[in-house]
Amino acid sequence: MKKTSIRDLVTRFSVPLMFVLICAVCAPISGLSPTYLINEIVTRMGRNAFLILSLLIPIMAGMGLNFSMTLGAMAGEIGLILVCDWQIVGIPGMILAMIISVPISALLGLFCGKVLNMAKGREMITSYIISFFINGIYQLVVLYMMGPIIPIKHGSIKLPRGYGIRNTVSLLSMRQKLDNLIPLNIAGIKIPVATFIVVFILCIVIVRFRKTKLGQDMRAVGQDMEVARDAGIDVERTRIISMILSTVFAGIGMIIYLQNMGNIATYSSHSQIGMFCIAALLVGGASVDKASIGNVFLGIILFHTMFIVAPKAGTVITGDSMIGEYFRVFVSYAVITVALIMYETGKRRAKSREGQMLAQQQEVSDED
Amino acid sequence: MSEQTQSITIKERVQNFIEDFGLPRLIITGFLILLLIIAPFVGADLPTQISNIINRFSWNGILVLAMVPMVHSGCGLNFGLPLGIISGLLGATLSIELGFTGPFSFVMAALLATPFALVFGSVYGWLLNKIKGGEMMIATYVGFSSVSLMCMMWLLLPYHSPNMVWGMAGKGLRTTISLEGYYTQALANILQINIGNLSIPTGAILFFAILAFAMWAFLHTKTGTAMTAVGSNPDFARSAGINVDRIRLISVVMSTWLAAIGILVYEQGFGFVQLYMAPFYMALPAVSAILIGGATVNKATITNVIVGTILFQGIVTMTPTVMNNMIHLDMSEVIRIVVSNGMILYALTRKTEGTK
Repeated sequence: MKKTSIRDLVTRFSVPLMFVLICAVCAPISGLSPTYLINEIVTRMGRNAFLILSLLIPIMAGMGLNFSMTLGAMAGEIGLILVCDWQIVGIPGMILAMIISVPISALLGLFCGKVLNMAKGREMITSYIISFFINGIYQLVVLYMMGPIIPIKHGSIKLPRGYGIRNTVSLLSMRQKLDNLIPLNIAGIKIPVATFIVVFILCIVIVRFRKTKLGQDMRAVGQDMEVARDAGIDVERTRIISMILSTVFAGIGMIIYLQNMGNIATYSSHSQIGMFCIAALLVGGASVDKASIGNVFLGIILFHTMFIVAPKAGTVITGDSMIGEYFRVFVSYAVITVALIMYETGKRRAKSREGQMLAQQQEVSDED
Repeated sequence: MSEQTQSITIKERVQNFIEDFGLPRLIITGFLILLLIIAPFVGADLPTQISNIINRFSWNGILVLAMVPMVHSGCGLNFGLPLGIISGLLGATLSIELGFTGPFSFVMAALLATPFALVFGSVYGWLLNKIKGGEMMIATYVGFSSVSLMCMMWLLLPYHSPNMVWGMAGKGLRTTISLEGYYTQALANILQINIGNLSIPTGAILFFAILAFAMWAFLHTKTGTAMTAVGSNPDFARSAGINVDRIRLISVVMSTWLAAIGILVYEQGFGFVQLYMAPFYMALPAVSAILIGGATVNKATITNVIVGTILFQGIVTMTPTVMNNMIHLDMSEVIRIVVSNGMILYALTRKTEGTK
């Protein structure tokens, strides 16, 4: 189509390249064995892929990075807590949790989409604040309503005072049930086949979805809202649907994530998840307005390698384990910051180029 | 006749006031008044409560004031407040490290924080000029990145003062540093008024008043007017010969510096310096306070700051006591989260002219 210069390529892949460098330097210093490293990355791939894939649809609809994917995560947690209380174990428990989470996520997604439609042009900051706002509501539900209003029978997940949920809810009955459904072990590396199949199905759904009428509409809305509206697309509705889909997928993703972890940190599991997922996606070379499935997997590999390796390397270099911890938090935030800056400057450059073209055209027509 | 016109304008003013005030603000004000009325009946001591509110107002006022310049110049709400806070923290720790004690260490902390605030503010302002239109999101993440970068720095920087570093290792700053013997209550003790349970930190309030007045005066100077012009219509401002980027830069530097001073004032009231992840979410209360006070994404006045801080801090201090005494259930945290973020959401979703 167009010639892409080397400079363009380098700027586009600067973040992944930087991460390859960080990983290449830190991995040998950390002294972790390759088998351990690969094992960890495969586990984390199964754990996070579904969650990160849920971010793709809003990007397609031009709504930027969906910081309110935490909403879905909260819905997933509520589903799991209830299933835990009902003592339904294993895969059926997970499926039931997903079934419970879907309507909650859909409602939250609907709310989120409506609010974002009122804040066009600042979707990201708004979705970011929504996640805080709903976190307050979530606490209200889980800490005060679970017990008196929503019946919780089991003492093991209830706070001693009689209502509210404990800080950690054990998911021992579901722990890695999906991962170990089809056991496979290659050269000491455990592969969660069933989880990968679920992730693979979602990938196919997303690829297929892009080709449907709705998917095409979403891309049109993402390209230019006004043009899409002139073409007869209901922009508001399309945007709301993209938010609902993203939130529902995030809810299911969170259940997969938590079955791998084996317990829920009731009040903190979801708070960081949005940030880490977005950072991983951006590390994979995605930008605010463009992301593919490839970015997701590359992102998981690079980001989580850094995540595993950095604390160890930090300890070896400085002798203080906290440095590495802080370093990886810093890198996560820095990556998001850099990606946002690149997106905004790119947008401005495109706009000024358009302006120049327009001016040139006008000059030409004046000469005529 | 003049009386008549006056009465009409007053009536109109009241109506306008209610319109401007907005429903969420009315609810919050009503809620606070309700809390104040209930308080004595459930056994909370009203003078103590009121002096709590006044005290917390004096701690937080300047942090909220720091929002004003950037809103005026059209940079939106300063979610990057933590950057300024970090300059303040650097000033505070350096002042202690260099061995200053007593109230004088507050003066030194402010002086030492200033160059950091100016440098950080300039870089931050330069960055925000590059990304006009997306300020708020990037500001948030600039704040986050700088806080997490400083987390490493607090461990690595060569601080040695035994009052600040970890006892065992002898290096790396502690998460909280007591200001006992340094500038705790440095401002509050000046001319402090005590009537029974009611105590007013006159010095701290005067300090806020001076800065607020300076800000008001500044907004009426030539540069200040230019700032308002840039905020309300950048294209018009540019054609009027105003250097838009320069004005925006000034506003960001001012905001950063005020945040640095603001955190020092907060610390002198609170009595501790909090490092590491503490500044992380400090922007949100300040942002919601000014919004509760009636500001919008592109309009803010000193009155908004004062009213907003009183309302926000009032709710934050009153809810736990009243709720606890009434139903033995502490839901204050949840209420705080819902109210403050709900307010920000409300402001973000309102249609505003001039911003894009």
